[in-house]
Amino acid sequence: MSVPIRQAGDRGALLELPDNAAAVRVARLLRAERPELVDVVVGHTTVLVTWLDEVAGLDAIAARALEPEAQRPGPLVEIPVTYDGPDLDEVARLTGLSREEVVARHAGAEHVVAFLGFQPGFAYLVGGDELLHVPRREVPRTHVPGGSVAVAGPYSGVYPRDSPGGWRLLGSTASVLFDAGREPPALLAPGDRVRFVVA
Amino acid sequence: MTRVEVVSPGLLLTVQDRGRPGLAHLGVPPSGAADPAAYELGNRLVGNPPGAAALEATLDGPTLRFDSPTTVALTGATTPEVRTVLVLEVGRIVGGVRTYVSVRGGIDVEPTLGSRSTDLLTGLGPAPLRAGDTLRIGPDPGGGPPPGTVHGRVLPETPVLRIVPGPRADWFAAGAIEALCAAPWRVSSSSNRVGIRLEGPPLERARHDELLSEGLVTGALQVPASGRPILLMQDHPTTGGYPVIAVVRSEDLWLAGQLAPWQSVRFTVDG
Repeated sequence: MSVPIRQAGDRGALLELPDNAAAVRVARLLRAERPELVDVVVGHTTVLVTWLDEVAGLDAIAARALEPEAQRPGPLVEIPVTYDGPDLDEVARLTGLSREEVVARHAGAEHVVAFLGFQPGFAYLVGGDELLHVPRREVPRTHVPGGSVAVAGPYSGVYPRDSPGGWRLLGSTASVLFDAGREPPALLAPGDRVRFVVA
Repeated sequence: MTRVEVVSPGLLLTVQDRGRPGLAHLGVPPSGAADPAAYELGNRLVGNPPGAAALEATLDGPTLRFDSPTTVALTGATTPEVRTVLVLEVGRIVGGVRTYVSVRGGIDVEPTLGSRSTDLLTGLGPAPLRAGDTLRIGPDPGGGPPPGTVHGRVLPETPVLRIVPGPRADWFAAGAIEALCAAPWRVSSSSNRVGIRLEGPPLERARHDELLSEGLVTGALQVPASGRPILLMQDHPTTGGYPVIAVVRSEDLWLAGQLAPWQSVRFTVDG
């Protein structure tokens, strides 16, 4: 089986994978075996690579990641959350759950980091309780405080810093999602497992 | 140690170098000079090592006061009214929108993640400069500019940017690439280092389902629901959920970095 590769300009390519786990595996292999690549960016079911001088053999590496292998679960990161977000009642209304049930289902699930984007350290988490899949706010907020824990569509996420945002805010955490002076700067990486814990 | 004071920043004055490539997987935009060739040339002219930080001026140049004589170069768009004697008054910028002020020794601000570039999207790096800010200039690099040839360039009235179709050209109706290349697009005034918004007849989609977020490259022509493309510039978000119909070739990106509001631009798949 081969991996469809789409051209992304004259210095990039987009690899299409069957699922996020395969994308995470391809990205790891490419990082390890093709250090000359500039960027290796996991998307939901894709990996974008960029280069300065064209790199050969991407398809062979990608195909290897499709081979069945024992799933190695990523490291587990716990994020303590104070569930007092301004959208908690709205999410309860949209889902038909009580506030307590919303909290229990959000904190009860094991999430997986699908990919990062939007802001440095902003991780798109999947695998959460399907009952909590609510649409984004129709009118995004111009100011969402850093540390806000939020849901939208199939994703959960934590805003690393103050920014505009359209996700529904369930609570907040003191965990630092991104610190340019830390190594690694981002708390979460694709493939990591995340559990929200009631603080 | 030489210092430079920002007497007036002009419209937008930022510190720029080669940016933060290689960190997109953390959600960190590439950032860096919007006209890389002009920025690199400036460093060469003042004898700086590659990668030294310069000032990127936008549309309306800065007035800078140096506390001792130093060597500077202006590259990029033209600045017809430069005045200097310790005070460097760059003035109006024409024939493009971005001029680089390279100072021998480089702008010495604290790097963030290996770069001194201002990132307008995420706030990484130094904030856009304001009147009264004082910047340190790095130590004299020694030696003169390396010998070499400088190729002059002129920004055409309607620049033609070469594109590579994809990665999501198939998400658009048949003929969409032709439509992209047929119309002259107008640069919206709400364009910046994050992206250049283009005004023109909307491009028609063939698929209307939602694209799962995927990585984005500088130069991508991302098409939101409006059908009007946004040309992603250096401070673009690293992932997004709108399909990219085509990507501007890397050698032509400097043209995008010099596009002025209300200017026309064309695209071509040829060459």
